[in-house]
Amino acid sequence: MLPRIIGKQDGHMQTVFSIAVDALAYGMVLFVISIGLSVTMGLMRVVNLAHGAFAMIGGYIASYAARDMGLGYGIALMIAVFGTIVIAIPIERLLYRRIYGAPELTQVLMTIGITFCVIGIANYVFGPTLKTIPLPTGLQGSVDLGFRSIATHRLFAILCGLAVAAALWYAIEKTAFGVKLRAAVDNAAMAAALGVRTEIVYAVSFAVAVGLAALGGVVGAELLPVEPYYALRYMVTFLVVVSVGGAGSIPGTLVACLLLGGIDTAGRYLVPEFGEFFFYLAVIAIVCVFPRGLAGRTR
Amino acid sequence: MATMNDALANAHGNRRKFGRDLAGLFVILGLAVVGYLLFPNNLALLTRMTAIALLVLSLDLVTGYCGVATLGHAALFGTGAYASGIAAVHFGITDPLLMLVCGIFGGVVAGLLCGVVILRAHGLPQLVLSIALIHLFHEFANKASSWTGGSDGLAGIAPDPLLGLFAFDLWGRTAYVFGVILLAVVFALLRLVVRSPFGMLCRGIKEDPIRIRAMGASPKATLVKMYMISGAVAGAGGALNAISTQVVGLDSLSFTLSAESLVMLVLGGTGSLFGALTGTIVFMFFEDIVSAANPFHWLTMVGGLLIAVVLFAPKGLYGTIAGAVTRWREARR
Amino acid sequence: MSAIFEVRNLKRSFGGLAVTNDVSLAMAPGDRVALIGPNGAGKTTFVNLVTGNLTPDSGEVRIDGEDITRLDAIGRVRRGLVRSFQVTRLFQDMTPAEHVALAVLQRDGRAGRLFGNYLAMPQVMAEVGDLIGKLGLRDLMHRRVREIAYGQQRLLEIAVALALKPRVLLLDEPAAGVPQSDTGRIEQALADLPPDLAVLMIEHDMDLVFRFAKRVIVLAAGTIIFDGSPSDVTKDPRVREAYLGSYANASHVA
Repeated sequence: MLPRIIGKQDGHMQTVFSIAVDALAYGMVLFVISIGLSVTMGLMRVVNLAHGAFAMIGGYIASYAARDMGLGYGIALMIAVFGTIVIAIPIERLLYRRIYGAPELTQVLMTIGITFCVIGIANYVFGPTLKTIPLPTGLQGSVDLGFRSIATHRLFAILCGLAVAAALWYAIEKTAFGVKLRAAVDNAAMAAALGVRTEIVYAVSFAVAVGLAALGGVVGAELLPVEPYYALRYMVTFLVVVSVGGAGSIPGTLVACLLLGGIDTAGRYLVPEFGEFFFYLAVIAIVCVFPRGLAGRTR
Repeated sequence: MATMNDALANAHGNRRKFGRDLAGLFVILGLAVVGYLLFPNNLALLTRMTAIALLVLSLDLVTGYCGVATLGHAALFGTGAYASGIAAVHFGITDPLLMLVCGIFGGVVAGLLCGVVILRAHGLPQLVLSIALIHLFHEFANKASSWTGGSDGLAGIAPDPLLGLFAFDLWGRTAYVFGVILLAVVFALLRLVVRSPFGMLCRGIKEDPIRIRAMGASPKATLVKMYMISGAVAGAGGALNAISTQVVGLDSLSFTLSAESLVMLVLGGTGSLFGALTGTIVFMFFEDIVSAANPFHWLTMVGGLLIAVVLFAPKGLYGTIAGAVTRWREARR
Repeated sequence: MSAIFEVRNLKRSFGGLAVTNDVSLAMAPGDRVALIGPNGAGKTTFVNLVTGNLTPDSGEVRIDGEDITRLDAIGRVRRGLVRSFQVTRLFQDMTPAEHVALAVLQRDGRAGRLFGNYLAMPQVMAEVGDLIGKLGLRDLMHRRVREIAYGQQRLLEIAVALALKPRVLLLDEPAAGVPQSDTGRIEQALADLPPDLAVLMIEHDMDLVFRFAKRVIVLAAGTIIFDGSPSDVTKDPRVREAYLGSYANASHVA
């Protein structure tokens, strides 16, 4: 009897471990994509429903570069990030500028409109099929951690998330730009009066946000597959994460990503027949308990 | 003397508004007749249009009149559709008017539930709650497949003849007439509601809830009540859809339908019942023409349309035209 | 006469700073009291505590002997404690008639009615016409608020408050922002307030205070330092110290 019990426990442990790794990787990908959204929402007070569209554009560019042009993964990643920023700049200039400070409903409509357009165009250019981004051999297979092995790609995603979190923390807490950014998030009018050129802060933040979205779209392509409805399918997830974390808060967003990533992944493993029922239930519960987000400030 | 003049002025204003109500009803009925004559083979589309018009009117009540931003309003519509369909399939309630009552009841319950949850937050969290709710409803309906038919849809809805006289025919004539009458009745009732003391209270809440509190009225209780009314209207639309198509699909509880209804409302113009109707008709005609050709082009077009409305006609089609007419009249005076 | 409105030992601190510190006062029906104090004395916090927008750390607020400290702003209005706002809060697209009608209907518990037009309710319209007429707004009754002058909007604020039939009326700087030429109308409206109504007016304009109030309360640094007749207030050394001291501090900070 004894060995069987141990074997069963080991099986449980295996499940728990795979859920934990997947949840962590998923949470980190969510974080990389959403953190830019969180910062720009905190900064510019724009409800941006089109953020996922930029992640999707990044995924498409990387897929095209790596699969159709045969470029290396790293190069494809760089092209994706910069290409997405280049595409986003005119959109920001022509469309987003018009809705800063506008009523929420206007912002929702404009950014949904952008999302729909991006979906339609992506489908026209790339077709309705799912696009893969071939992983380099170094990211295939798995790494042995001694007691368990873990898919290399998952580990890569987790490390990317940590790196982004650390880099952002450094940029915001330790650099001159970070000081201006925090001032502008706190009180844009005051920051402007103190000589901070807020439009530059806005533009740089927007570019970084879009670049991070593209990075997340590429790195997370194994978990969130690239296809035309990507922008609509995960729109809610990204918004939820920012709302739950509290717009503008890095630690809040990180916690929200890990928490919601965990709930979503566990739900998929343990009760797949319920789909995302428990995920959305958790979202409603969290938002009802913390209407201003986990790290939200009272205004 | 002054009171006398006031009374006269009021009576005059009342009569003018009443005249506009009558005109509105005639426009609805006139359009219905024109639609019937122009598209006798496409009554199914026209009937669906009336059902969706009820959804958009219902959304206008909370978004246009009360300022609540929601991307989950199809929850009310879909619940009404399922309530009506389940009543027919599982409980043998196949009288169309009773099915309508079931749909309205379902919509009211969903409205109460959504209202209580959504009104807990403001701004982005409110929007997120509405999106999470519609997904939750969708997942729930999908899971409860023994009741709802899951992703296959709830089929086998066979309504009795209307009033025992008019059978629901293959061409959808009965369903169409039923839908148009339902829409006209609801429209007339809503015109009364938005001008009632309650409607005035809602407009006040949209503008300044703190002021309303200082008058001793509870914004939250009022909005929940409005959500329930909205649920009744959307539920009626859902029931109409269930009765006329004789199936209920998961798409009636979808985020897409919620987003599309918001697009229709904004296209027509928020805060005006005529705007809601205009938006529905224009949107659904274009949808029918373009999406038949290529559904993805349709999405691009809707996106472009939305951006254009936000940039160039923020009051919507009806709002912009009505504004221009008012200015023209004032200029002439 | 027994107190219609009473505040007992009201306290509220923000981050260790006592902004309202042990404030007590009582008012009888018909009282005309002015609450004054230098900037930063805690007048706004006091108003928020009394109206239910802030919860006190300790202390009580009573209307006609009933403890209303646990009630929210809505419940307090329903008990007869009504306020006006320092900056008018009116609905820009509604008419004065609609404002007053809404208040009348709300007071009677009929604002939730789904059908029926207030214009067709004779009693409501009689009361609306009466109130609006008393305040001299009859000609503007059916104009939209955004089209009428600020002084007239202030009068409408008073009309809305009166339509709620208050027992205690809290006027938060009723003449703020009104051009000098129009203050006479507002003073007249204040003089015409129902005689049995207890009125607490928060005001900066000392001329207005002296003409209106039979009693003046001075708040400084969160506590009441003077409570007495208008003729004594300027002679009180603590009041002089509070005002002149605060000016000295203010110039120092600036």
